Amino acid sequence: MNQHHSPQRASSLSMIITLGVVAMLSGLLVVLTWQLTLAPIQENQRIMIEKAIFQVIPKATQRRTYQIKNNSLTAYDSHKSNTGKNKKNNSALLFYAAYDDQGQLKGIAAEAAAQGYADMVRLLYGYDPQCQCIRGFSVIKMTETPGLGDKILTDQAFLSNFSALDARLDKAHNTLAHRIVTVKHGSKKQAWEIDAISGATITSKAVGKAINQGAEQLLPRLYPYLSQLQTLNASTTKPSHNKKGKQ
Amino acid sequence: MPIKKDNSITADTFLDGIWKENPVFVMLLGMCPVLAVTNSVSNALAMGLATTFVLLCSSGLISLLRHLIPKEVRIATYIVIIATFVTITDYVIQAVSLELYNALGAFIQLIVVNCMILGRAEAYASKHHLLKTIVNSLGMGLGFTFALLCLGSVRELLGNGSLLGYAIFGDSFQPWVVMVLPPGGFIVLGAWLLLFNWLKERKINNTQHSSNTFVKNKGVV
Repeated sequence: MNQHHSPQRASSLSMIITLGVVAMLSGLLVVLTWQLTLAPIQENQRIMIEKAIFQVIPKATQRRTYQIKNNSLTAYDSHKSNTGKNKKNNSALLFYAAYDDQGQLKGIAAEAAAQGYADMVRLLYGYDPQCQCIRGFSVIKMTETPGLGDKILTDQAFLSNFSALDARLDKAHNTLAHRIVTVKHGSKKQAWEIDAISGATITSKAVGKAINQGAEQLLPRLYPYLSQLQTLNASTTKPSHNKKGKQ
Repeated sequence: MPIKKDNSITADTFLDGIWKENPVFVMLLGMCPVLAVTNSVSNALAMGLATTFVLLCSSGLISLLRHLIPKEVRIATYIVIIATFVTITDYVIQAVSLELYNALGAFIQLIVVNCMILGRAEAYASKHHLLKTIVNSLGMGLGFTFALLCLGSVRELLGNGSLLGYAIFGDSFQPWVVMVLPPGGFIVLGAWLLLFNWLKERKINNTQHSSNTFVKNKGVV
């Protein structure tokens, strides 16, 4: 590259060259970093989801990912999802089935999201098919006010809402028997109501709304497959290593 | 501060950023992250170190390229370089810990517009050789981290009763929620600025007293 010390105005060409070279250099650096950090970032995301699943379904030790698409249940290949194309598919409902050591179904976890105070609150809720209730939730991403909104993770009174939050389906199994709603602090009367945190009402409502929307969408469509999911069997387990040659 | 023209690296090259020209307490630069992400010590530390990394790398590269960049496009070039390192930091933090990444939110990306970094590039890196720039940037970055830690520790202690997540006060402590909210940032920053200016003023008064006697003895000003 030319060095321009003396002239009053650098030529346009040298400006273009400088910017071009710097931009190329920066592009190279960014791509290099992206390549190097891609694997650890995906691993982190997987661990985070897994942690969240085992948090909302405490007795579980293993999980499988499924999707309901075009009225059929299929195992979901997480490797394919990394391309980002599958995620855009709205008709596919993604959920996680969690099992204990004996391969007994312990619960279903699924993602849900709703607008909070600052931004979308993305969470994962745990559904217990036995009691037909929500057993807990875990926040995947939120930017709520520290000290107020993030109380939804620490406030014991609020979390006790989710010991058995009613999410029964109506008789026709078309929708929830009762909408899950967040009510004003101290006015919870029904098993499907969530008692809000005073001072964090908007965030509490976001949690209720997200769970309601998620459950309303997923549970009716999940219902026909529940018996199928009850135990881990050969048809639903992930294809294990093909090369299992004799030891 | 007189502009130093010489190329020698002194202790001041490093220490200026930490004390005499502290970017936060003296120059009042980069207030956005200072107020926004200092609600806990770990956030403050992560933000400080991320900013230090970006400052160090961008200043270093700018110092290396300083003779090649035409002055008409220097700001654009600086911003591209800074943005590159911010993006790198962004990915690296995601790879290290997603929890930390979520806690820092948009403020990682906003390092791009931290005026301390552009200020260093314009005022220092484009005028000094690589080694000196790096020493100075390191001082500035650590000074920035130090300031964030000053705010973060006070705010976490009063607003949450803990330090680095460990509870310091007993259960009877009623946290001042306002301290972890934006107004708390302003209050604590104001208090620290008061302290720093008071210290500075006292030092000036002291040196004036002592230099009076010094001048009498030596006869030099």
